[in-house]
Amino acid sequence: MSRARADEEEYWHSSKFRAFTFDDEDDELSQLKESKRAVNSLRDIVDDDDDDDLERVSWSGEPVGSISWSIKETASSNTSSLEGRDSSIQKGSSSYAALPKQASSYSLSSLFKGRNKLPSFQSLSDAFSDTGVKNYAPELRRPKAEYKDYSSDWSPKDTVRRMQRGKVCSLERFRSLQDKLMLLDEAVAGHDGNVITAVLIFLKRTLRREILFRELEVRQVALCHLIHFLKETGEQKLLLDLLRFLDRTEEVALSQYREHLNIQDVEKRKEFLKGCIGLPFSAEDTSHIQDHYTLLERQIIIEANDRHLETAGQSEIFRKYPRKASILNMPLVTTLFYSCFYHYTEAEGTFSSPTNLKKTFKIPDKQYVLTALAARAKLRAWDDVDALFTTKNWLGYTKKKAPIGFHRVVEILQRNNAPVQVLQEYVRLVEDVETRLNLATKYKCHDVVIETYRDLKDRIQLTAYKCKVERGSAEEEKINSILNN
Amino acid sequence: MAAHLSSGRVNLTALREAGRRELREFLDKCAGSKAIVWDEYLTGPFGLIAQYSLLKEHEVEKMFTLKPGRLPQADVKNIIFFVRPKLELMDIITDNVLREDRGRSPQRDFHILFVPRRSLLCEQWLKEQGVLGSFIHREQYSLDLIPFDGDLLSMESESAFKECYLESDQTSLYHAAKGLMTLQALYGTIPQIFGKGECARHVANMMIRMKREFPGSQNSIFPVFDTLLLLDRNVDLLTPLATQLTYEGLIDEIYGIQNTYVKLPPEKFAPKKQGEGGKDLPTEPKKLQLNSAEELYAEIRDKNFNAVGSVLSKKAKIISAAFEERHHAKTVGEIKQFVSQLPHMQAARSSLANHTSIAELIKDITTSEDFFDNLTVEQEFMSGIDTDKVNNYIEDCIAQKHPLIKILRLVCLQSVCNSGLKQKVLDYYKREILQTYGYEHILTLNNLEKAGLLKPQTSGRNNYPTIRKTLRLWMDDVNEQNPNDISYVYSGYAPLSVRLAQLLARPGWRSIEEVLKMLPGPHFEERQQLPTGLQKKRQHGENRVTLVFFLGGVTYAEIAALRFLSQMEDGGTEYVIATTKLINGTTWMKSLMEKLEPVPF
Repeated sequence: MSRARADEEEYWHSSKFRAFTFDDEDDELSQLKESKRAVNSLRDIVDDDDDDDLERVSWSGEPVGSISWSIKETASSNTSSLEGRDSSIQKGSSSYAALPKQASSYSLSSLFKGRNKLPSFQSLSDAFSDTGVKNYAPELRRPKAEYKDYSSDWSPKDTVRRMQRGKVCSLERFRSLQDKLMLLDEAVAGHDGNVITAVLIFLKRTLRREILFRELEVRQVALCHLIHFLKETGEQKLLLDLLRFLDRTEEVALSQYREHLNIQDVEKRKEFLKGCIGLPFSAEDTSHIQDHYTLLERQIIIEANDRHLETAGQSEIFRKYPRKASILNMPLVTTLFYSCFYHYTEAEGTFSSPTNLKKTFKIPDKQYVLTALAARAKLRAWDDVDALFTTKNWLGYTKKKAPIGFHRVVEILQRNNAPVQVLQEYVRLVEDVETRLNLATKYKCHDVVIETYRDLKDRIQLTAYKCKVERGSAEEEKINSILNN
Repeated sequence: MAAHLSSGRVNLTALREAGRRELREFLDKCAGSKAIVWDEYLTGPFGLIAQYSLLKEHEVEKMFTLKPGRLPQADVKNIIFFVRPKLELMDIITDNVLREDRGRSPQRDFHILFVPRRSLLCEQWLKEQGVLGSFIHREQYSLDLIPFDGDLLSMESESAFKECYLESDQTSLYHAAKGLMTLQALYGTIPQIFGKGECARHVANMMIRMKREFPGSQNSIFPVFDTLLLLDRNVDLLTPLATQLTYEGLIDEIYGIQNTYVKLPPEKFAPKKQGEGGKDLPTEPKKLQLNSAEELYAEIRDKNFNAVGSVLSKKAKIISAAFEERHHAKTVGEIKQFVSQLPHMQAARSSLANHTSIAELIKDITTSEDFFDNLTVEQEFMSGIDTDKVNNYIEDCIAQKHPLIKILRLVCLQSVCNSGLKQKVLDYYKREILQTYGYEHILTLNNLEKAGLLKPQTSGRNNYPTIRKTLRLWMDDVNEQNPNDISYVYSGYAPLSVRLAQLLARPGWRSIEEVLKMLPGPHFEERQQLPTGLQKKRQHGENRVTLVFFLGGVTYAEIAALRFLSQMEDGGTEYVIATTKLINGTTWMKSLMEKLEPVPF
């Protein structure tokens, strides 16, 4: 599979491509050490009273006097008094929260209406003056200057310019479709997304849907802004209508599919995903969505079953290795690992059996073997590992084969702390001699090293290796006997 | 405090000063004592403009972080919200305002300061919640371009790339144009504008339009910048995907630099005094500011990491020698001289200690097997080897469930270096990713496809080799210690974006017309008329100053490459860099990934 390590090194040394290596490894390291030493030795010399940096930095790291540091400082003096007041807060806020509901009943887009009328505000502030609340008598306190703005007859261009400067403008006087579109085009030409969006909100409110869609279709920039705006404000239905109108079917599908993330209940999520299968995705994506649905369906069945087994306490594997988390909403490969861990021996007919998963989702051999190997190695089920790589030919001879390469097998076993006896069996099967020697040396599989040198008839290396094995051990004897022959 | 901003060719202190002035003016509008409620994201960028002391001088007594619930008690007259115009933040503000104790006296006044721009959408949202009227001042603070260093400006707009290239929302481009207008107001009209890419074209158009519409902006300041170069990030999607190999680039790749600060694991920075043996080791990360105010950092930040060790060791020797001199100080005068130098020497020592520790931390990672393997594959792709088939290493990483972002970076890199992947290869990667990391990532893969980062090879032609050869993007004989070409920043790969800037200065883009056509978007040139009398007469040997604006983000390695060009003896051009956001491959990928958790509000 992956290029053998040795090959790689040779490749780098021989090829013209430069890897990011530290050629003078030791030198480089010693340079760092040297500067470290120098730094340390200087500590004794210097009085360390102010041994910190150029700038004062508190340990949390914020420079003293910086804004984020000050937030903590100024806020911390308050916390105690805040807690004491919590109970009274609760009482106060419940009646309080009801108030603004009235406010939302008047036309929301009156933001763009003339402010001199303000009938709803009037009544709202009246309501407040009864209770003596001054804070909610809102617009009355706005600076006078802003009231003047909408009385005059601004052209679309002027209106857009004013809006760009953050001034409030009335858009209501743009009544005809033509005027409205001129306004929109002017806003688009100004490139200020803020203004474009404001105009779009106005058009969305005052134009029939079909007309709005039709006009936006030929105004791509404005269209993008509206789509972004609808996404941001969560107006899913209108968004889907618009995308459908534009024949952007794949986007409709994806946008709808995205919704599943907001559904917490797994049963509902499953049903929702089922509904997504028929959406107009690309062919490739359709199969993924189908798989997503099938997987969740399986997980729900497995989860119910296993939770039962676990609480009943009769299954040994669950007693010995209690589950850390539910399998719901986990990726496919994680699910496969889970099933190789808890349900390895099950017949193919059950939903939770690894072979069933492999078949249903067409998991490639490599992926399957890797996952099964990791799961069985974790359980130290070495016989299963052995079986995973054993194939029988028609004469009944057995043969070892690994679709992922035996060097990978060794790595995974080693990571799961396999004993040397197990490990060396697979090191021996690594085909490339160089890699085999490297792995064997690294993981102290002495027998493999010795046999390999023997086969290579490399006396020098073999002699050198003698110092790596224990004195008086069987390995040393073995080396001696080979050297003597 | 901000001396490093004036160290470069263009004195950026003026820009910072302008920002401070505007802030003071706003604060003074809200008379009386104040508390500021901060959108946490903004504290970093604001910290580069002002310290708490400035706010305090203007009666800011308390500061809080914006969060739902009741505002903390504070006996102040004004509560000011400093926020980005985001709807989810408006919901929090609404909650705060609604829970305000209306029985309290005296009443507190509310204000909002939108950064960088007021948003009609947000105001409408507040109106829908019925709280808009509660705010007396609703203003904007145009913090468009924030000075990060003597030659570096950023808008720190995280979502700019996504908005421009995925959602075709040009708001951040509008802000960029605004920022450039502010710069021109301070540093004079920039006579020459070059650009490459759709967004660059838009920004140039906006600038020209703004200038026409606000004739008052015609100023009589002698131009500091000779040229503006606007570059779209999607002209060069390759560079940010590769692992940066400069010192600063690696710090950013590994630990993430935010608003010039980095947080590091504390172990290597344990307290130094022996007397405090009983004290616990610090568990909070060590936070350091990184900018050119620190002499040593300014010297090593842009070096290839392989060249950093030797500089540090040389510095160590110099400092040791300097401290040794105290033994030779015999006369009172000599001792006095030595003592007067002590503070500077101590600062230098402390700086050296920090960077030695950081270099050790980074070295642990760059010498790891996985870093090497990853880099090997990156360099193969960038030099054009085996880009058209499924890569074993990527396959292995997926099998071992390495972080998804790492996988995406590599797969996208392969796609970009092959002008798109063969359909079969693309489908294979997609399948592996979805099966291993979850099907919902189909949304992210789709985003990457829309941004052009991951796509099927449609034309059936791979243009990358032509681009690579013509622009000399791959250099075999790279010198990391004493570089003679910008390719040192990626140990072999010369960032495409910077190569474009370099070729523009000499011999001009006419020489690479063919390649420019292969890259997305138009390339163009505009001239802005200067009043007579302001036209520059260049002194012999005087360098030109070019402002390079990266729309959609720039990496530290690219900045290093431009600084290298500035310092070339016969270069003839000095560069100032501006961007919408300082990025690296990881933060960039993150900004393009679909948020899989529903936003809680």
